[in-house]
Amino acid sequence: MQSVVQGSVRELVAEQFRSTAFDQEREMQPLTDNLVLLDSGLDSLCFAIIVAQLEDDLGVDPFSDLDDGFFPVTFADFVKLYEAAVEKAAA
Amino acid sequence: MTSLRRRVAQASPATARLHSPAASVGLADLAAHTGLGAARGQLAGAAVLLRTAEQLGAAQALVELDGLARRLVLCPPDLADEHLALVVETAGLDAVVTDAPDEALAPLGLPVHVLSEPTEAVPERDAERATEWLLFTSGTTGAPKMVIHSLAGLTGAIRPATTAANRVVWGTFYDIRRYGGLQILLRALTGGVSLILSDTHERPADHLVRLGALNVTHLSGTPSHWRRALMTPQMAAIAPGYVRLSGEIADQAVLDNLRRAFPSAAIGHAYASTEAGVGFEVNDGFEGFPASIVDAPGPVEMKVEDGSLRIRSTRTASAYAGDEPALADAEGFVDTGDMVELRGDRFHFAGRRNGVINVGGLKVHPEEIEAVLNRHPAVAASLVRGRKNPITGAVVTAAVTLVDPAAAETPEAQRELRASILDSCRAALPPHKAPASVQFVPSLAVTPGGKIDRAHA
Repeated sequence: MQSVVQGSVRELVAEQFRSTAFDQEREMQPLTDNLVLLDSGLDSLCFAIIVAQLEDDLGVDPFSDLDDGFFPVTFADFVKLYEAAVEKAAA
Repeated sequence: MTSLRRRVAQASPATARLHSPAASVGLADLAAHTGLGAARGQLAGAAVLLRTAEQLGAAQALVELDGLARRLVLCPPDLADEHLALVVETAGLDAVVTDAPDEALAPLGLPVHVLSEPTEAVPERDAERATEWLLFTSGTTGAPKMVIHSLAGLTGAIRPATTAANRVVWGTFYDIRRYGGLQILLRALTGGVSLILSDTHERPADHLVRLGALNVTHLSGTPSHWRRALMTPQMAAIAPGYVRLSGEIADQAVLDNLRRAFPSAAIGHAYASTEAGVGFEVNDGFEGFPASIVDAPGPVEMKVEDGSLRIRSTRTASAYAGDEPALADAEGFVDTGDMVELRGDRFHFAGRRNGVINVGGLKVHPEEIEAVLNRHPAVAASLVRGRKNPITGAVVTAAVTLVDPAAAETPEAQRELRASILDSCRAALPPHKAPASVQFVPSLAVTPGGKIDRAHA
């Protein structure tokens, strides 16, 4: 897990969004940086699943340690949250 | 006792209104007028099913029926049609009041009274009868369970506003046909202040913009509601002075994020449930609650026994409706089923006694999911638990042992097997019940009695 590099965190997150959308039979908007998460076509349960799956895959839950973070609004916010958490876990 | 209609009449300044996306109605009009016409005579002393398409209709009907009917049953918006007959039987109902007649009501064989706009003046000498309020316990998806409340109990936690009533505008993410939302409706109605209602069909972004446009000052919702709002750019449209969380356990992350979003607001989380009523409010910005409020005298008495929080007050429900076990123990304490742990001088919530998982307000019984998992041909045994989740409060996770552990030796085989198990769960269960995570484990702990050990897993 520590070997995950930043570019692949984004890809892993994006892949998790796509597979969750598929599993939950949701039509998802293209994953651009400015995509507002709540406008993505995914609902709260989808995001809950994505967070749980990423915790399994990456070993981090950035939401449990939001001391200086904010709840993500856009896809880019969400990716940054995980990139920072992975970096912190590797340090 | 004073009826809700009379209390609204006493409280309402002429300007207070209930706002839905499509309409708004003045509280003074609600208090002074009726939309039931001659049906009022038939509803006097009756036990009434209150099922409405719109929240505004429910609010009007509550004002109409309290003090008039002997008993009212407030249907939540997601009550399945198939349960209606059982509800009618359990509660001994003899009439229906609705704002929109629908086909599901016909087979009940009861007179259906349709609400009109409240335009007809209410007679000066109006009936004043104690009305039982039957409310559905939250989040259950099986046969619905109802508890019996009174208006006095439901409004017992409401203190007079410290802000001038004409400057308060309440809003809520809840539906007012659920306990958490009903609390806010009753605050507005008995305090003579405006309330902005939510609407199932409205996007969160549009709801926030509407709350902002109507200058909401006091806003309530569950932690899940608030997390969703925090993820919405239109959160910037509102600037409430009071932020209230209830209905689920508030964690530190959501409290801290709300503090950052609204630096000058008062932020409080309330402990309340349909069964136990409003227990207490915590206003210091931290999760959990101070140990000092347990075993302290006051209108709400609390104790911790066998690890769970118990509450005794005049705000708890008096009983379950129908043939159900007693709600309170011999001393009048209601077991909330919420397990608590003392850390330092504060209690923290540690899940439900019976292992029930609360996924965004919907209850999940682990045994039901385990039964589905165990039907999969590759699964030997399974253990389902909740995992804390920042979006829905909790999600369902499963640990499974395999009939043939070699079947999951490679990552590729694991992935395929996991997908196959999840497919079978999704086919048999609603989305919130399917596990969000499946882990393969070599073994599961078993109790001396031969059952999967939940406590020490």
